[in-house]
Amino acid sequence: MKCIFPFLLLLATLGVSCSDDDVSGQVAAQVSLRFNHNWDGEEFQTSNFNTVGYANLNGEKMSVERLRYLISDVTFESSDGSSFTVEGYNLVDLTNETGLSYQLSDSVPVGNYTNVYFTFGFDNEDNQNGIYPDLNTALWNVPEMLGGGYHYMQLEGKFIDSTQTETGYQYHAIRAVDNSGEELVFEDTFFQVDLGPVEIQQNSTIAISMNIAEWFKNPNQWNLNQLHSMMMPNFEAQKAISQNGKTVFSLEGVFQE
Amino acid sequence: MKRPIIIVLFLMLLVACSKSEGGEAPEYTATPLSLDVPAFFQENILAPVIPITNPLTEEGVALGKKLFFDPILSADNSISCAECHAPSSAFTDTDRFSDGVNGVLGNRNAMPLFNLAWNFDERFFWDGSATSLEDQVFHPITDATEMANTWEKVIGALEANSEYTDMFLSAFGEGEIDSLKVARAIAQFERTLISGNSKFDRFLAGELELTEAELNGRDVFMDETRGDCFHCHGNPNNPLWTDNLFHNNGLDSTFVDLGLGRVTGDPADNGKFKSPSLRNLAFTPPYMHDGRFATLEEVIDHYSEGLQNSDTVDPLMKKVAQGGVQLTEQDKADLKAFLLTLSDDEFISNTAFREQ
Repeated sequence: MKCIFPFLLLLATLGVSCSDDDVSGQVAAQVSLRFNHNWDGEEFQTSNFNTVGYANLNGEKMSVERLRYLISDVTFESSDGSSFTVEGYNLVDLTNETGLSYQLSDSVPVGNYTNVYFTFGFDNEDNQNGIYPDLNTALWNVPEMLGGGYHYMQLEGKFIDSTQTETGYQYHAIRAVDNSGEELVFEDTFFQVDLGPVEIQQNSTIAISMNIAEWFKNPNQWNLNQLHSMMMPNFEAQKAISQNGKTVFSLEGVFQE
Repeated sequence: MKRPIIIVLFLMLLVACSKSEGGEAPEYTATPLSLDVPAFFQENILAPVIPITNPLTEEGVALGKKLFFDPILSADNSISCAECHAPSSAFTDTDRFSDGVNGVLGNRNAMPLFNLAWNFDERFFWDGSATSLEDQVFHPITDATEMANTWEKVIGALEANSEYTDMFLSAFGEGEIDSLKVARAIAQFERTLISGNSKFDRFLAGELELTEAELNGRDVFMDETRGDCFHCHGNPNNPLWTDNLFHNNGLDSTFVDLGLGRVTGDPADNGKFKSPSLRNLAFTPPYMHDGRFATLEEVIDHYSEGLQNSDTVDPLMKKVAQGGVQLTEQDKADLKAFLLTLSDDEFISNTAFREQ
């Protein structure tokens, strides 16, 4: 019993001291990003894995067995052109249902933002080989023979090929690299995902959805029979993946807490 | 201005809580022990998992080690943990299936034991049926094909042995010996089994060079168009050489052993088994969950030409219709040479891990 009284007093005092901020004077808010998934508008969860029943634009029936991707540097842009960036990254792993909610490490100044955006993958400054212990632990690395650094996405599953055989695909996104010559030649394939205007007035969750089908659709209609494997060292495939990624994410909504 | 108020209140809390109730004797605490973690583990991967309910102590590890090597745990005093998990074999044995107390064979190959504190999902055994190292200990002691004992008999035998009663007292303080203490002690010892000094580790540290064959083998391993081993077995940035996850690596088109599927009940998990670490392969034949491959050549041939298709075969198994990744004979030989650089002679000869 000795411990309870001062603890209650502490809680009561904290409650009084913080509550006036909530009415009008809150200057910064805790913000989380929530990652949801769909297949052309139909909700897609881990329970939908392993079903070879999702048709891509090319007409191939396919499944998802593994989906992991990395986003970084969430940025809040104001109408005056200034911006507030929360440095950091989050590995979304739908397979193991981890990283689906990403609590930003810094509080975000309240305000009306003309655009909120993040980087899909790592920009080149952040994509340094082997420097993130948690990502090394997750075996998220790209081989040094392809320039090192980290994957941006691993999307894997099966599709029914032209011989009606279930065949594995590995749709892996990394920084595009041409390793055909003496020297590695790179082309940037990380990209900015714009969520559009977002108002942050109090602690909030920004819900984002990835349309998995979109990876196989726009602008490149993907033909898995032609290209389903060994995409990491495929320079042209990486550029095409990056192009298709630009339309996979959309803002579902902002939920005040 | 809020901060001074908060500090004062926290001080009040500390004062109010710091005295022990009714002058009771302080709880016994054994001597804390830190794992001897290699620096490049600390720099490259997350910290090891040490449960707060079972911190490492010198006395706990010593007790766990004694238990590990003592046949007292088995029904007829004939086998210890080390019978199937021998230090000289990187804590596995050379049999395809190990025999228990009555010569009864199990149906899985004994797994080697090292770097177990870095199994972050804490799913142990080939099928992930144990959910912590402590939980794992409970299985072999009562399994009819292994030690075939009962906890009642185990505890009785330990309580009748004054050396053990003293050691349990030192490790865990007052109180009766029970199965949880046995499991905690053995788990503590197992967490100290760290392997981090292979030829490849020394290469990464700049202490030696690899041969041309070993370097090409590394490239086969890391090349998505050749071996593509790295997606499941890791890369030089991770000293574990396993993802500690479960995959169907194309061994069979139909399953005698459902593996993870038996544990989860999910047909999508049928035929999936834990990726073993590639460390210490020189000491751990035969290979695979059922020990079907006696040599590394057979293992490499499997991934190159022997894959079997099934509903749950992992998408990372490439060219299944052609049997596998179709390595050249040179690449196969070099891949084997590289794999052997991951073996750690110091680990199997470390006297700290041997019966005294």
